[in-house]
Amino acid sequence: MLQVVCIKQVADTETRVKVAADGRTLDPAGVTWILNPYDEFALEQALRIREAAGEGEVVVLSLGGPGVQTTLRNALAMGADRAIHLKTDAVQPDSLQVARALAAELQGLGPHLIWFGKQAVDDDAAQVAPMVAELLGHPCVTVVAAIELTQGAEGGPAGGQAVIEREIEGAREVVEVTLPAVLAADKGLNEPRYASLKGIMAAKKKPIDEKPVSLGPPALEILSLALPAARAPGRIVGQGVEAVPELVRVLREEARVI
Amino acid sequence: MAILVFIEQREGRVRSVAREALGEAVRLAAALGGPVVGVCAAAADPGLAALGDAGATEMLLATHEAFRHYEPAGYVRAVVAAVERVKPSVVVFSASSMGRDLAPRVAARLGVGLAADCTALAVEGGRLVATRPVFASKAVQRVAFTGTPAMVSLRPKVFAAAPSQNGAAPTVTPLAIDHDPAAARSRVREVKTTSAGKVDLTEAEIIVSGGRGLKGPENFAIIEALALALGATVGASRAVVDAGWRPHGDQVGQTGKTVSPKLYVAIAISGAIQHLAGMSSSRCIVAINKDPDAPIFKVADFGVVGDAFEVVPALTEAVKALNARS
Ligand SMILES: Cc1cc2nc3c(=O)[nH]c(=O)nc-3n(C[C@H](O)[C@H](O)[C@H](O)COP(=O)(O)OP(=O)(O)OC[C@H]3O[C@@H](n4cnc5c(N)ncnc54)[C@H](O)[C@@H]3O)c2cc1C
Ligand SMILES: Nc1ncnc2c1ncn2[C@@H]1O[C@H](COP(=O)(O)O)[C@@H](O)[C@H]1O
Repeated sequence: MLQVVCIKQVADTETRVKVAADGRTLDPAGVTWILNPYDEFALEQALRIREAAGEGEVVVLSLGGPGVQTTLRNALAMGADRAIHLKTDAVQPDSLQVARALAAELQGLGPHLIWFGKQAVDDDAAQVAPMVAELLGHPCVTVVAAIELTQGAEGGPAGGQAVIEREIEGAREVVEVTLPAVLAADKGLNEPRYASLKGIMAAKKKPIDEKPVSLGPPALEILSLALPAARAPGRIVGQGVEAVPELVRVLREEARVI
Repeated sequence: MAILVFIEQREGRVRSVAREALGEAVRLAAALGGPVVGVCAAAADPGLAALGDAGATEMLLATHEAFRHYEPAGYVRAVVAAVERVKPSVVVFSASSMGRDLAPRVAARLGVGLAADCTALAVEGGRLVATRPVFASKAVQRVAFTGTPAMVSLRPKVFAAAPSQNGAAPTVTPLAIDHDPAAARSRVREVKTTSAGKVDLTEAEIIVSGGRGLKGPENFAIIEALALALGATVGASRAVVDAGWRPHGDQVGQTGKTVSPKLYVAIAISGAIQHLAGMSSSRCIVAINKDPDAPIFKVADFGVVGDAFEVVPALTEAVKALNARS
């Protein structure tokens, strides 16, 4: 069974955002780049499915500048078999541009399962997975909290099924899908592994297939990136239990929230 | 040109987020002109006429037995059919679980851009400009659209719901769509309620969250008690969720839920940047922490420095006393 995991390189979650001189994008100076945290859950699940089946291939696919190869290498060290790098100089392509380029590549690969993270923690769009599904005409489940493959899906051919639990407001939807399908992983799906030393060594020899892509026209125009308005400074209303009456008073009379 | 609003229903009831989307659509219509039209996919009319005085003139209703549950392929068809019919300038969704799944599919189908999880919309020089938090709310982005219709999804609890205006009820027009559930290759088999009767974190007015400083899952009893007194939903930091004290659905933050309640009470939570990411757009933030230097106090409107095991029960009693009086 072939699984492709779409991964994005993003700024570390600890990053203090600085706006670049263009006034529209993140200033990359001093930023540490990581594999998007949600994509780790996606990759981990793909690896577990391959391991449980005892066969199959996990390919990681990323679109971005030359820098994304370090992230692809990390994914190979976790256990992916090979990588594809869709190379572009575009600084911040929008979701539809990315989805179209990924879908074109995926069309040729024909995977049974296409994995994504729930959202990229830089643009927080949570869009690329459902867009790719729509472009390919595949079923899609986002915010995947659990998955079970049924009816010989491990064997590979389309027609296999999966039962998926999807987290929604106050409930879980249990969804049956027929492969090939697009899935977007949520935190809690699993506990991602760390790359082992052996994995890191092996990754050096795994192939990264580099393919230049040209993106379609943008659907969104980014006008500006700015730091949010600072919250008005707060105050310590007091120490210990003695502060409780004052806290209740300010919540009721000043903030009017209780 | 019209503004089209996706009217979200679950189990035959229109959800409150749909009223928020309608409310913003009405405000947009004042600036952009044109009528507000709703589109709903459901097994049967969830009472759309009753939304009438919320400002829409017409409601397009696509019904199918399979629409009892969320059925992405069919719902996409319904919205696309509505777009073809009313040719809107803007399509408004809620950034709920359903809206976040559905809107990108519609956008891909139409080949237009979508600004997801917006916190403000404005009309500048005749065109729509959407403001949306990025980098887990550490920055805000303003975007415009290169095509028509512009598509947006709105963060729940940020936009004011449409007021009742005692206006004329909208006409409910059946929207014929051709949907074959078998061809969709995906089907919701069941919906398992995980928190019966509890308001979801993303839609809660008040949230009381607990952190690692509570030392063990059993001590969440004091959090639950305060939440009960306040009519609040319980949240948690990741440290607590990863330790298995609380379910994943309770996590607030960068890799959990993004929330915007009117009151967020953070108890024994240090205020790591990834936690702040999920709750800093709350209207009022209260922090209770024994460390006066905890970063959570930097974003809190009101702080109490003290031991949660003493302060929280006292606060609960005070709130109960208040409730008894009013
Ligand atoms: C990629 C990534 C994603 C992440 N995503 C999230 C996320 O979504 N949400 C999230 O919350 N975190 C997230 N984190 C983790 C985050 O960095 C912190 O580790 C976490 O938020 C800490 O949780 P905490 O505040 O409960 O615990 P701690 O940081 O250990 O803080 C405990 C606090 O309790 C106080 N305390 C102790 N005893 C008492 C007492 N008796 N009374 C009062 N106060 C007391 C202490 O002073 C301290 O401030 C993420 C991290 C990474 C790397
Ligand atoms: N440039 C990219 N290359 C590969 N996958 C991507 C890229 N951008 C986004 N993705 C995938 O799409 C998911 C959702 O991203 P987004 O829609 O940007 O929030 C991510 O978690 C990745 O799995």
